[in-house]
Amino acid sequence: MKRILIIGATSAIAEHCARIWAARGDALHLVARNEQHVQVIASDLKVRGASAVTTNSLDLNDMDKHEELLNVADDALDSVDIVLIAHGTLSNQKKCEFSVEETLKEIQTNAFSTISLLTLISNRFEARKNGTICVISSVAGDRGRASNYVYGSAKAMVTAFTSGLRQRLHKSNVAVVTIKPGFVDTPMTSELKKGVLWAKPSDVAKGVVRAINKKRSERYLPSFWWLIMMVIKKIPNSIFKKLFF
Amino acid sequence: MTNLAKIYGWGRYPQQDAYLHTPTSCVSLELTAKQQNSVLARGMGRSYGDSANALNVLQTKYINHFIEFDKATGKLTAEAGITLREILEVIVPSGWFLPVTPGTSYVTLGGAIASDVHGKNHHIAGTFGQHVMSLTILLGTGEVLSISPQNYADLFHATCGGMGLTGIIMSATIQLIPIRSSLISQKTIKADCIEAACEAFESNSDATYSVAWIDCLSKGKSLGRSVIMLGEHAEQGGLEIDTRQKVSVPFSAPSVLLNSLTIKAFNTAYWHKSKHNLNQIVGLISYFYPLDAVGEWNRLYGKNGFVQFQCVLPKIDGVANMRKLLTEISNSGKGSFLAVLKQFGTCNKNLLSFPTEGYTLALDFKASVTAIKIVKKLEDMVVDMGGRLYLTKDAVMQESTFKATYPTWEKFEEVREQYGAIGKFSSTQSKRLGLA
Repeated sequence: MKRILIIGATSAIAEHCARIWAARGDALHLVARNEQHVQVIASDLKVRGASAVTTNSLDLNDMDKHEELLNVADDALDSVDIVLIAHGTLSNQKKCEFSVEETLKEIQTNAFSTISLLTLISNRFEARKNGTICVISSVAGDRGRASNYVYGSAKAMVTAFTSGLRQRLHKSNVAVVTIKPGFVDTPMTSELKKGVLWAKPSDVAKGVVRAINKKRSERYLPSFWWLIMMVIKKIPNSIFKKLFF
Repeated sequence: MTNLAKIYGWGRYPQQDAYLHTPTSCVSLELTAKQQNSVLARGMGRSYGDSANALNVLQTKYINHFIEFDKATGKLTAEAGITLREILEVIVPSGWFLPVTPGTSYVTLGGAIASDVHGKNHHIAGTFGQHVMSLTILLGTGEVLSISPQNYADLFHATCGGMGLTGIIMSATIQLIPIRSSLISQKTIKADCIEAACEAFESNSDATYSVAWIDCLSKGKSLGRSVIMLGEHAEQGGLEIDTRQKVSVPFSAPSVLLNSLTIKAFNTAYWHKSKHNLNQIVGLISYFYPLDAVGEWNRLYGKNGFVQFQCVLPKIDGVANMRKLLTEISNSGKGSFLAVLKQFGTCNKNLLSFPTEGYTLALDFKASVTAIKIVKKLEDMVVDMGGRLYLTKDAVMQESTFKATYPTWEKFEEVREQYGAIGKFSSTQSKRLGLA
């Protein structure tokens, strides 16, 4: 049985990971903003087989509360084996372009709050020399694109931060897993037009759980995104700037 | 949370444009429903025709949480958008099973109630709705009621089998049945004509599960030859289930693939391959949901889709009438290989529930002008024989047929009126059938 802290537990990918963990009898501590929503998920996970489910509802942008969040999780789970950080919002790019405030708010939610949590968690795990930290980043962080570079740059920060953290914590037996999902059909992306590249959150969750089990470093999910992003990263800027996507 | 998209039922016929609303919680579901003039809840889209089609559909795919499961009593409460497959994954390892299950596990709990689905044990257990202890429903007035056979019984009996037209089912509590094993001991009986098949159902009416594959192309003496599969829950063998899907049909098959020659060849091969009086132990998933192993099998019918015809004929003169119907079908040469015959037990109190005592026949026709003509002809025959058609399978029934064969439709409308459903909840099918 693993003891797992899930931050952003109402996100679709996190919820499906939690269902897999519940089915194998793990103990879960769920953190999310919406109290009512997280309670619904908690009852569900108990029926699905979780050995224990506890919840904590708070706004993750309230970074002063992060230390306390981890203390509460430690108490609830009696030490944490795995942390999954999955919260985030899909920025409205157009709105951001006209508003500094909006842009910084998105970067706050998608990058700063994650980095705050990572800093605190990594020190705890480093001291006790074990644990796995998994962060949901995005393919959008691989290269800024006109259609969503605010979200993308926040995710780029998360990807770079976890890359460095992985190196630092390697010798302390702490694994840092960075997940880069492609298009996933979730409530967050409900307003986007769907095509063949879209994956189900339940399938992405299987990949996340597998990556954590195997302590992978970086994982594109579904894996074909590795190829797509390799090509996108290789496009020379002289051409890239003329494209719009 | 709103998209415009093309929607269709499992038969992929008919298709229409619709606004898809996808609330992420019960709170947002209530809000979304309130904002629309007329809506219809839609789960997995597994009803065959247009009964889950509407201009505004409210998808329940995120309303899919378990609420409570008492492993001691087998009482299960869950949100309406959860699928029977997800329920099975949780209950079977604990020694419980669905009291009634349709032939696919890819339907939602809410859908199973709204269609008042039946299974291979109808002659013993009745329909799904008869095992619902209570449910919560969002009314057209915005009110959420908890209803049961004791509380708001009129609304309850209109909602079970009510095709989503009384309100939006949000959650339900059902009573499961205990099992000792996830295996089924199956017995196969061959019947070389329709009369022998009906007799076999009669003489095996104590079997818990019974269903027959029927050859709709054979003629004359062997008209209606059938392979009857009886089943009982095994007493031992563990409680594991494997719900992983094996294969999937990746795209719509060229529609010439299924023609009267290939189907005839399949039917003949299936008949000769089956062994009389064969006893086997099979897994629960493969016994109840053989077609679930092939993802999106509906694509086999090509991009134009198919129409399904399912009727029930009253027991009196049932065998003779079934022969008439089968003669018509086999003469048309259009019936498919997926034809099913079953004996139904008595009907229940639910106003629009399909099953009545007698024999039911279900088969697919590849969608075409000729196929629809045949289905209409069969419809007329069924009306004359005092039978009726299953709303969940229907895509073409006429208003007059519906009103003549579901005589409680007026009572159904009264209940809808009383609970504010008129005008608020409607489907493409309900409009075709003349419901307000």
